[in-house]
Amino acid sequence: MACSAKELVSLRRTKKNMKQLTTPRMDQCIGCQSCSLACARLVHKRISWNTAGIRIQSSGGVSTGFVANRCLACDPPPCAEVCPTGAFTKRPGGGVLVKKSLCIQCGKCVAACPVDAIYQDRMGDVYVCIHCGRCVPFCPQNCLEMVESSSIEEVVV
Amino acid sequence: MIREEFRILLIDTTVGKGKVVHLDGRNEVAGGSGLAALLYVKYGQPNLPWNDPAQPLIFAIGPLTGLFPLMSKMVCSFKSNYHGEYTESHAGGRAALSLRFSDYDALVLVGRAKKLSCLSIGANHLQLKDATFLRGMDAESSGKLIRRMFKGGSGHRSIMRIGPSGELGSAMACVNVDTYRHFGRMGGGAAMGAKNIKAIVIHGDSDFTLPGGKEYSCLYEEIYKKVTSTDMMRKYHNLGTAANLQGLNDIDSLPWRNLQQTSDPGIATITGKSFADETLLRNGACSGCPVGCIHIGFIREKMAADNRYHYHQVAYDYEPIFAAGTMLGVTNSFDVLRILEVMEKVGLDAMSGGVALGWATEATEQGLISEKETLVPLVFGDAAAYQQAARHLGRGSNDFYRLLGQGTLKAAAVYGGGEFGCVLGQEMAGYATGELFFAAQTLGFRHSHLDTGAYSYDQKNNDRDVTRAVDFLITDEPGRAFLTSMVGCLFARSVYTEEQLAECLQTVGFDTLSGSIGKVAEHIRTLRWQVRAQTGFDPDNFSIPKRFYQVKTWKGQIDKTYLDNLKKEYGRRIEAIIGAG
Repeated sequence: MACSAKELVSLRRTKKNMKQLTTPRMDQCIGCQSCSLACARLVHKRISWNTAGIRIQSSGGVSTGFVANRCLACDPPPCAEVCPTGAFTKRPGGGVLVKKSLCIQCGKCVAACPVDAIYQDRMGDVYVCIHCGRCVPFCPQNCLEMVESSSIEEVVV
Repeated sequence: MIREEFRILLIDTTVGKGKVVHLDGRNEVAGGSGLAALLYVKYGQPNLPWNDPAQPLIFAIGPLTGLFPLMSKMVCSFKSNYHGEYTESHAGGRAALSLRFSDYDALVLVGRAKKLSCLSIGANHLQLKDATFLRGMDAESSGKLIRRMFKGGSGHRSIMRIGPSGELGSAMACVNVDTYRHFGRMGGGAAMGAKNIKAIVIHGDSDFTLPGGKEYSCLYEEIYKKVTSTDMMRKYHNLGTAANLQGLNDIDSLPWRNLQQTSDPGIATITGKSFADETLLRNGACSGCPVGCIHIGFIREKMAADNRYHYHQVAYDYEPIFAAGTMLGVTNSFDVLRILEVMEKVGLDAMSGGVALGWATEATEQGLISEKETLVPLVFGDAAAYQQAARHLGRGSNDFYRLLGQGTLKAAAVYGGGEFGCVLGQEMAGYATGELFFAAQTLGFRHSHLDTGAYSYDQKNNDRDVTRAVDFLITDEPGRAFLTSMVGCLFARSVYTEEQLAECLQTVGFDTLSGSIGKVAEHIRTLRWQVRAQTGFDPDNFSIPKRFYQVKTWKGQIDKTYLDNLKKEYGRRIEAIIGAG
């Protein structure tokens, strides 16, 4: 079976800045964390459930279901506004474009995010959803969807 | 993270201090089951009692934990108070990935905390916290308070706790893992209670460099598609293991009413389908497993004459339904969940508890015991009585229940009725499939139906060829021992063939191990049995009660000679393995 990474990269390039990650069906989430592991593995080249742009949390114990902690694609994004080096810049359609080489690991973006969607690891590196959609095919429950930014009527987490 | 040596966190609970130990042996024992046995060799005290503070309580993961789908289980090993020998129990939930992301291959507890305590560990912390206020508290309430005691890390931590059963030292006490999974069998909860540890919180707060580059990610995706896009795993996420109820009843292999029957028309209201249609609230998954085999049912209780209700969520599977349902003659699915909920709260292994109460009911029928012992009259089908009895058993309400909690046959030795105690090494699993399963569970390493595929062999073979049947058991065991050393879910054994495991190991850098799976699997099997032998294993320690000889399955009446010969030959072959190592 061929690896679909190339297809996804292509998808990301052609649809760049047009779509964003949404989580419209989190009621269906079973807490397998495959999305987080996929993001860490494919986007950030890490093995982790923390260093990912989407992180799954239980809302007060596993008996109460799950929520996706992820970038809501603010427009304008407060994290980009406080970034002193231009590592985070406004992404057309909402959210941020990230240039990791410019990041000085000050953590101001983490504090500025109103929904705690940016994770900073022990080395100071920050992780935020870049709306690439690579997590979507790894959700076995169809909780996630890439949607045209302009067509989103309601934010669901 | 991917390294040849093992990185172990060894904690002396007496003083609340730990140390990191680096241990060789990756290419000999792999991890998981093999590592647990190696750690018992290093830290275990075969000749001391199970609850001696020097005994280790071991939690181990494997080289593929967190790296591939369904590599999401953890092995717990300890000297069991059920039979006084070395044993293993396995659980899912978030435990395995939490330990992986704490950057440890195993956690070993020795000593005994001065007060009832909670232990919290992560990649950068180790803390033992006073939890005396949790004494006697049920597993559900304990979970709520522990989340408050240890803030942060939601979704990325595991909370393993015991109920009152574990504190009391019941040999049927489980360790509750993340509410819906368990180290269920052989008294793991008592082993934790003996350390004065009410709960272990593992924060998986570290991360690692990706192994193997593009090849690794492609292989992950390939396996992910196998388990989600094909029918290989469908039975586990559809009706789940509860689907077995109808099938086993149809072939006269489902234990009913303390194994007085193997089939009953009452099955109609207690099948996997009826549980799904009537009680299934939602599904859940272990971290890293997209299959999502966890089935969570609901019960709602009317609390007043007016329409005032509260509701509870209870996980179900085939085995708990057999134990709290058919074995007790309870055929209302909601009633089964009500009994299971009590067992969850007191921290009792549902399979052991249900089978023990089945014996107590038949012993009551025969006048061997009465309400004086059971505190509540036990009658097959009386779910309300079983809820009370489960609480008494879990909390050790009197001498009778405390003795029963040490094992059905221990109670039978005092009160009589040993001939109908449904015990095969420990309280039986729900497979009255025939002679080979009875022999296999009696002498299996964990006394689990998952030690070998005997229950499956019984359903496909009607001959009485002792050599062929025991050859099957002996041949089947090493592959399972290797998979539980990775540590993969045994539901995934059709996906993780030896070839697939070799590719996984090679892709992430365990080249030597990848090329020697057969040899290592055999070594792990031998090592586990040798460790167990050092703690006193002898096939003659385990007998098969008369009830199992009275069973009628799809093959007809159990053949006593065949069963006896199977047990004798299987015991002989196990002793040969122990002796050859």
